[in-house]
Amino acid sequence: MSPSVRRAAIALGLVAVAALVPFIGLHLPWILPSTVNVVNSTGTLEVLALSFVFAGVALGYDVIFGYTGLLSLGPVMYFATGVYVFDITLTHWNWPLASALVATFAVSLVLAILLGAIALRVSGIAFTMVTLAFAQAFYYLVEDNPHGLTGGDTGLALYSSRLPAFLSGAVSNTRNLYWIALGFLVVSYAVVWLVTESETGHVLVAIRENERRLEVLGIRPFRYKLAAYTLSSLVATGGGVAYILLIGTAVPSAVASVTVTLSILVMVVLGGAGTRWGAVTGAVIYVYLQQYLLKVAAEPSFATLPAFLRVPLSQPQFLLGLIFVLFVLFVPGGIAGVVTRRRLRSAARLFDATSAVPTTIPMEEP
Amino acid sequence: MNVFLALTFSGIALGAIYFLAASGLSLIYGLMDILNFAHGLFMTLGAYVAWDVASHLPTSWGAPLLFSIAVVASIIGGALAAGLTEVLLIRPLYGRPVSQILVTIGLDLAVVGLLLGGFGSNSLSIPVPLWLIEASRVGGLDLPNSNFVALVAGVVILVALELFLHRTRYGITIRAGVENRDMVSALGINVGRAFTLVFVIGGAMAGLAGLLYAVVFSGDLISPTQGDSLLIFAFIVVVIGGLGSIRGSAVAALVVGLVQDYTNFYLGSHSGMAEIGNLSVVLLLALVLEWRPRGLFGSTL
Repeated sequence: MSPSVRRAAIALGLVAVAALVPFIGLHLPWILPSTVNVVNSTGTLEVLALSFVFAGVALGYDVIFGYTGLLSLGPVMYFATGVYVFDITLTHWNWPLASALVATFAVSLVLAILLGAIALRVSGIAFTMVTLAFAQAFYYLVEDNPHGLTGGDTGLALYSSRLPAFLSGAVSNTRNLYWIALGFLVVSYAVVWLVTESETGHVLVAIRENERRLEVLGIRPFRYKLAAYTLSSLVATGGGVAYILLIGTAVPSAVASVTVTLSILVMVVLGGAGTRWGAVTGAVIYVYLQQYLLKVAAEPSFATLPAFLRVPLSQPQFLLGLIFVLFVLFVPGGIAGVVTRRRLRSAARLFDATSAVPTTIPMEEP
Repeated sequence: MNVFLALTFSGIALGAIYFLAASGLSLIYGLMDILNFAHGLFMTLGAYVAWDVASHLPTSWGAPLLFSIAVVASIIGGALAAGLTEVLLIRPLYGRPVSQILVTIGLDLAVVGLLLGGFGSNSLSIPVPLWLIEASRVGGLDLPNSNFVALVAGVVILVALELFLHRTRYGITIRAGVENRDMVSALGINVGRAFTLVFVIGGAMAGLAGLLYAVVFSGDLISPTQGDSLLIFAFIVVVIGGLGSIRGSAVAALVVGLVQDYTNFYLGSHSGMAEIGNLSVVLLLALVLEWRPRGLFGSTL
């Protein structure tokens, strides 16, 4: 079996297992918090679905950050576009589902091309700052609750008679929403796979490695950068739609603030920037830790710990930030980097050439 | 007209605080190519150290003395936090600019999380002398005294920074490093020491900015996420002014402060436009980049 066929087989197998999870009533007492320690319980399915949503978004973000090497801090804007345009067209304007979907992606496409073109006029750090500023402006706009559309800080619950019954936020539908989240992840994975393995994908990596050389070869990087930016934005928008279906309420601090961007960045770096399965792994681990740590902090035995342990441990943000710092310092290339290095090392041992082991990761530029 | 003048004054005061926050960022970027996300954290830590020190001293010392000590504490707190960050986290990652940015993001997340856990998300109150809350009558206008303090701090720091950068040996090294870092180290000058120094100076100014922002614009209240929201505007000021330029930062800080203040007052009262001040600043950034992608003052110091 050629490597790509084997990889496709593994991926299909994983998807099949994930799709069957709602039918598995297994107890996992230590891995899952005691309140929801059955695999197909509503709580666990919700956490898993949320991790799939963010895995898809992280994959899209990896195209612009990991593959193209552009540190954008704007993905949350397109995620929030997905959440709010979908929510507003359905809840306020009672549009049919299909029109709402088309409108959501159309708005996201226009925004991405327009703002991407402005932001890509500058490069490096200035690009990062500009994307951050745009995303922040979007956050202020949403918080402002213009014409009562977004609900501001109180949030906007998704409610529409046009929404098919099997998709409404009722507990009995968690299983359907879980499959939708899984479907979103599979589609994003397929799209990102196709793009990154294509000729365009190679140009994107070339932009990361040496943009000037590409220009010398007569290729204009701008169009490719804008394409990568737009693709990752559209994937984030898809994630926003899946999110609002799953969670049912849009609150600015949870879907539009810079914290969301930073968590997506943390997911990609933990898993390994510039690799597809790394982004997915990072996102699943991140969401698992974030949700699980919250549950642990709520347990009564936790209250007996001394304050100097209890206070930091009850803050997922502190622990995730700490893990992130340690990864950046000591595990360059993230989880995927560790695995790749190990694989290279054993391959090198086979060829009896241990001294020639590459230990650097592709992501870092000088 | 009086309203306009009063607005102008508070806009300048806001600009002065933006300058304190942005000039450190700009220097750090100019010298080290680091987008320092922990700068907002330095502001927050400056304010919290000031609060911690002031609330542990006896109130019988009187508010003016306590506040002066708080100001000094915020500067030392910010400088210490920044110095430690550079030595412990930035230094091991020299030559890896993306990782350096990422490590400052992680540090910001972790320590803000710690502050949220330790102090809660509610705001804490800084003790200030009564004089600071009052207003003075100048030429028929009632101007808040706190705005004068911000303005004086901004001007003093600008002058001190210019003198330091142009008249001292270390300052000249830093300017040369911003211009061409490789050349400076090729001449046998220890650039590493300049890196730490720039972080310490930037952190000191950020700490002061954090405290002053709380006192002047936030009703003496501090919260764990205050620095991070200020940081966004400091970034905008740095990009508009031109990365690495102190004078650019000063001019851009004034422009941003004034635009934000005017639009907030004249347009912010309309329904659904409460955030127009913040939005207009982002719009200004987009316009400046369209017209001058390298910012107002290019990339020289």
